[in-house]
Amino acid sequence: MAELSKSNEPADATPNVSEVETVDAATESEAVAAIEAPVERGEPILQVRNLVKHFPLTQGILFKKQIGAVKAVDGVSFDLHQGETLGIVGESGCGKSTVAKLLMTLETATAGEVFYKGQDITKLSGRALKAVRRNIQMVFQDPYTSLNPRMTVGDIIGEPFDIHPEVAPKGDRRRKVQELLDVVGLNPEYINRYPHQFSGGQRQRIGIARGLALNPEIIICDEPVSALDVSVQAQVINLMEKLQDEFNLSYIFIAHDLSIVRHISDRVGVMYLGAMAEIGTDTQIYDHPTHPYTQALLSAVPVPDPESREGRERIILTGDVPSPANPPSGCRFRTRCWKAQDRCAEEVPLLAIPERFVGKDTPAAHESACHFAEEKDVVHAA
Amino acid sequence: MTTIDKTSSVPAPRGSDDFGGPLLEVRDLHVEFHTRDGVAKAVNGVNYTVSAGETLAVLGESGSGKSVTAQAIMGILDMPPGRIPKGEIFFRGEDMLKMSADERRKIRGRKIAMIFQDALSSLNPVLSVGYQLGEMFRVHQGLSKKEAKAKAIELMDKVKIPAAKARVDDYPHQFSGGMRQRIMIAMALALEPDLIIADEPTTALDVTVQAQVMDLLAELQREYNMGLILITHDLGVVADVADKIAVMYAGRIVETAPVHELYKRPAHPYTKGLLDSIPRLDQKGQELYAIKGLPPNLTRIPSGCAFNPRCPMAQDICRTDIPALFPVTERDGGELPGRGSACHFWKETIHG
Repeated sequence: MAELSKSNEPADATPNVSEVETVDAATESEAVAAIEAPVERGEPILQVRNLVKHFPLTQGILFKKQIGAVKAVDGVSFDLHQGETLGIVGESGCGKSTVAKLLMTLETATAGEVFYKGQDITKLSGRALKAVRRNIQMVFQDPYTSLNPRMTVGDIIGEPFDIHPEVAPKGDRRRKVQELLDVVGLNPEYINRYPHQFSGGQRQRIGIARGLALNPEIIICDEPVSALDVSVQAQVINLMEKLQDEFNLSYIFIAHDLSIVRHISDRVGVMYLGAMAEIGTDTQIYDHPTHPYTQALLSAVPVPDPESREGRERIILTGDVPSPANPPSGCRFRTRCWKAQDRCAEEVPLLAIPERFVGKDTPAAHESACHFAEEKDVVHAA
Repeated sequence: MTTIDKTSSVPAPRGSDDFGGPLLEVRDLHVEFHTRDGVAKAVNGVNYTVSAGETLAVLGESGSGKSVTAQAIMGILDMPPGRIPKGEIFFRGEDMLKMSADERRKIRGRKIAMIFQDALSSLNPVLSVGYQLGEMFRVHQGLSKKEAKAKAIELMDKVKIPAAKARVDDYPHQFSGGMRQRIMIAMALALEPDLIIADEPTTALDVTVQAQVMDLLAELQREYNMGLILITHDLGVVADVADKIAVMYAGRIVETAPVHELYKRPAHPYTKGLLDSIPRLDQKGQELYAIKGLPPNLTRIPSGCAFNPRCPMAQDICRTDIPALFPVTERDGGELPGRGSACHFWKETIHG
C-alpha cells in the first residue's frame, strides 16, 4: 500500500487556523516542522514524564469550593519507541484510560510533560497541536457506541480528512476510504453501509480504519478487543499486528486482559491507583515479576489449562482498590499487600531497578516500585 | 439424535428428596423467537444433565444460545416473542415445562436460583440491598420485616461483605463491583437452593476480584452441595472450576467432555479453534490462529452442520447432514465416558 505511507506534504500546506494563537508564528512553525520530521534514530517517539491528572472534587453550588481531588494519574513516566507496542495493564480505576486521554490531549494534564519528538504536547496549541493530533490516533473500546449510527462507513472513515484536508484532496477521498477498508479486511463496496449492518468485529475494523486514515505514527488502543467474542478477538489482534509491521506504527495497548497484552506487547507497564508499579519487557514482567501487585494480578488470571489448576499458586488479594481521592500514604498498594511493613506506610517506593538487582544480569533487573521487590514466578506451575 | 448421558430417568414420585437421577436434565430443548425478520432459532435441541455438587460449564460465544437455555430452565424467558416448541426440562424427575405458573414459582428462587451478569442493572437502585435480600424471606417464607433484615445481615456475612450490619441499609451504587456481585450471590443463596445458574458471573469484574468471587462461589457450592451451571465465554474460568463442559454453537451442543479431556484433546473443530485462538499467559506465541468468518445469523442457520462455513475440515456431507452428538471413543474403540462431539469428522479431529 504505497499510497497509504506517509505523504510528503509540506508542513505549511495546513490551511490557516483562525483560532487565537498564543504561540508566536516563528516558534509554532518550528514546532510543526519538528513534528512533521521523521523521528531520530534511537530516540523514543513519545516520552512521558511525571504525568499527573487530578480531577477536582468540589462542594457547593454557587461558590464551588475544592475539597479534594481524585488523583486519577499521579506521576506516570514511560517511553515509547517507533514500531514498538507498550501494553498498559491494571484494574478498572487505576487510571489507564485517563493516561490515554492525556496522550490524546483530550484532557489537560495537571502537571508533567509528554514529549512527542521533543515537543511537549501539553503546552502546544493551534497548528502545532493539530499536527500532533494527526499523528496520534485512537481506537476505542466499544465498537457499538464509538461509531455514529447515522453516518455511513464512508463518512465515518472519511471524517478525519475534513479536519486534515492535506492528507487527501477532496476528489481523492472516496478512493482513499475504499483503500482503507481493503487494508482492514473489509469489502470496499461496503462504503455506503451503516454501522448497524456490521458485526462487532467488523465494526472494530471500521474503528481501526478510521484510526489509520491520517497515516498516524502512534495509535492508542483503549481495550480494543474486550467487547468482542473470543473467536473474533484473534482476527482483530492479528490484523493489528499486521498493520503495525506494514506501517511501522507504535501502539499503546491498554487492556485488562493480561494474556492478550502479553501476546501483542514488546514492553508492559503495570498500573495501580494512578501510578506505575512495574515496567519492563514482556518476559521480565510475566516470567520474572518483582512487584507483589504484578504477582497477584498474574496469579489471578485463569489459565485455560485444567492440569495447572492444582499446581499453580494463587495469590488472592483481599478487598478492593482504595479510592483514588484518598490513596494510602507511602506505597499505594500496602493496604492489600501481604509484604507490607512500617516502611511502606512512610516512604513512597520509587519506580527504579531494585537495589538488590542493580548491575546484575538477570531479567529481574527491571523497574519496580517496591521496597521489598523479590522475584517470583507465578505463571508457570511449580 | 444420540445422547451421551443415558440416564435412567423414570420420573420419581412427587416430593421425594432422595431422587436418584440427576438434579436437572434438559432434553431436546428448542427455543425460538418470532421477530420481524423471521424466526430466530436460538436453541436447537440441547441436552444436558447436572447432578448435586457438580459444576457444568456451558461455553459459547454470544448468540450461541447458552443464556437462552438458562432462561428457559429458570422460566424467565420472554414469551412471546419466545416460544418453546419442543423439549423437556426435568428437575428432580419432574418436567417443569408442564407445570403451572404457580408450581414453577415455588421452584424459582427456592430450588433453582440464578446469578446474573451485570449486578448493577440486576439490582433495584432505589431499594436498599438489605430490603432486596430480605424480599426472598418475606415472599417465600413469610417472615416479618425485622426477621428478614436479620437474615439479610446473616447472608451478607456469609458472602464475606465486611461490616454487614452497618452496610445492610446501603444502596447498590454504594458498593463496588465485586461487592455487588457478592450481594447477587447472597440473594441466590438465600433459600439454599439445590441448583444455581450463574450467567457470566465474573465477566464485568477485574481479575483480582474475579478470583475472589469464583473462590467464594466454589466454597459455598461445596458447603451446600449444590449443582452449578456456569455460563461463560471465558475458557480460563472454565478450566479453573468446571467438572464437565458443554460447548455450544448456534443453539446446539457441539461437544461435551470432562474438563481435563476437553483441553487436552478437543474432538470438535470449533473447540479446537477456540483453544488455539486464545493467547496464553505463560508463553508468547506467534500469530494467533483465528477462526475465519462470523457466528451465523440465527434466522438463517447454515444447512447441515452450522459450523461448516467456518470449518477448515468441512466436506460435502457437512453442508447437507446435521451431525448428531456422536459418542467419542479412543482410537482402539475404548470408551471415553461423558465425551461427545457433533462433528462428522470427530475421529480425524481428536486422533489427528
